[in-house]
Amino acid sequence: MANALEIKHLVKSFGDLEVIKDVSLTANQGDVICIIGSSGSGKSTLLRCINLLETPNSGEVLVNGELIKMSKDKKGQPQPSDRLQIDRIRTKLAMVFQGFNLWSHMTVLQNVIEAPVHVQKIDKSRATEAGLELLAKVGITEKADQYPSSLSGGQQQRVAIARALAVNPDILLFDEPTSSLDPELVGEVLKVMRSLAEEGRTMIVVTHEMGFAREVATKVVFLHHGRIEEQGAPNQMFNSPKSERLKQFLASSLKG
Amino acid sequence: MMDFIGLLAFGDTGWGDEMLKGALMTVLVSVSAMAIGLIVSIFGTMSKMSSNKLVRSIGNTYTTIVRGIPELLVIYLLYFGLNNAVMGIAKGVFGYNQYIELPVFFVAAIAVGLISGAYSTEVIRGAFLAVPKGQVEAAKSVGMNRFLIFHRVLVPQVLRYALPGLGNVWQLTLKDTALIMVTGLVEIMRQAHIGAGSTHEPFVFYTAAACLYLILTTVSSQALNSAESWANKGVRRA
Repeated sequence: MANALEIKHLVKSFGDLEVIKDVSLTANQGDVICIIGSSGSGKSTLLRCINLLETPNSGEVLVNGELIKMSKDKKGQPQPSDRLQIDRIRTKLAMVFQGFNLWSHMTVLQNVIEAPVHVQKIDKSRATEAGLELLAKVGITEKADQYPSSLSGGQQQRVAIARALAVNPDILLFDEPTSSLDPELVGEVLKVMRSLAEEGRTMIVVTHEMGFAREVATKVVFLHHGRIEEQGAPNQMFNSPKSERLKQFLASSLKG
Repeated sequence: MMDFIGLLAFGDTGWGDEMLKGALMTVLVSVSAMAIGLIVSIFGTMSKMSSNKLVRSIGNTYTTIVRGIPELLVIYLLYFGLNNAVMGIAKGVFGYNQYIELPVFFVAAIAVGLISGAYSTEVIRGAFLAVPKGQVEAAKSVGMNRFLIFHRVLVPQVLRYALPGLGNVWQLTLKDTALIMVTGLVEIMRQAHIGAGSTHEPFVFYTAAACLYLILTTVSSQALNSAESWANKGVRRA
């Protein structure tokens, strides 16, 4: 069986600034990979290259063994060559954002059933039923008919997770899901993520939550200046880091 | 006071029915101009947000010129310009040598429409820029295509940000139609002018005109308020 996700020699620059320098990474079915590193290390950019929110300059991304087809435009800039393929693969790679990004003109339930109904053409009553189950799963059923603006950050992020789950993705991408939350709201979101990991979902998580990475991850990847500096099992990474930079990073982030 | 009522009475003796007809014409021109302006503004916005330099400069030239010269001048330029253009085409292409005058209503609606469109373009472009990028990224991340993103996510939010500004444009458009009296189209202003001239009671007629404009603007701003609160569902007011 193909790997859930394979990244090969990915390079991404913004203008002259090379943000991702030749990164390769593989996720097996059921892996929870936590990507850690200081800000500016390229963690979020790497994640956003996986679902083509950023277009990599070179390298390959394979989802369930399927290569995302790329080509060059007239100016020689890389671009996805098959939009239909991108749209299809993106439903396999639902993403949870740092800033929640719930659609503000839709209710909680409408947010959750939007893609199932309009992208996947699932019957609305069935999508609603499934949507309500997902909201129950993230513990937020009673807010189904409210608008996102009346929810707390933690509640919004849990809705965003339900929205991502609603397209029935093979891999969940989390882009610093707790970084814009008040400290007392972080726990409720991590709890939901933990239960997803226990279900055996494949997850790629960019995070500053070292506790979560240590306890939940199957693999931890430490990114530094756009390169993978060190990777391994959480136990090894946190207890006996090899590289000097990871030691420094852990020392400073565990202190805080 | 008796004068006032007598002058503005309905029927053969008073000017009331003429003034109301003028008001109807004002509404017709305003609605046509606003509609033309909105259509123009869609192209204006697309042009100004285009990645092509030439296309972008067309949009910029349009809004710069129309917003940069007095409205009255735009109306004059279009009134004479359009007539000349049509006559030129008639002569050059069909060999037709007579004087042609375009229907005034047509010229008026286009002239005010182009003015209104320049302002609407700025409003709609601003509204597009006001939609947070994350809203679109979230849509992309669940596999929505460009068409779905446009009409399920962008349009409802652009509408929300644009409605207050478009409400302003509507009021400006409504008032700008007063300037087209110079083309001879009988709307509120022209009718008041005629009435004032033939009765030597300018104050009565211009007061009546002011009242008619006020009624139109008040009623429409009420309608816009309800439209705004509909579009703002889900938004908490600060």
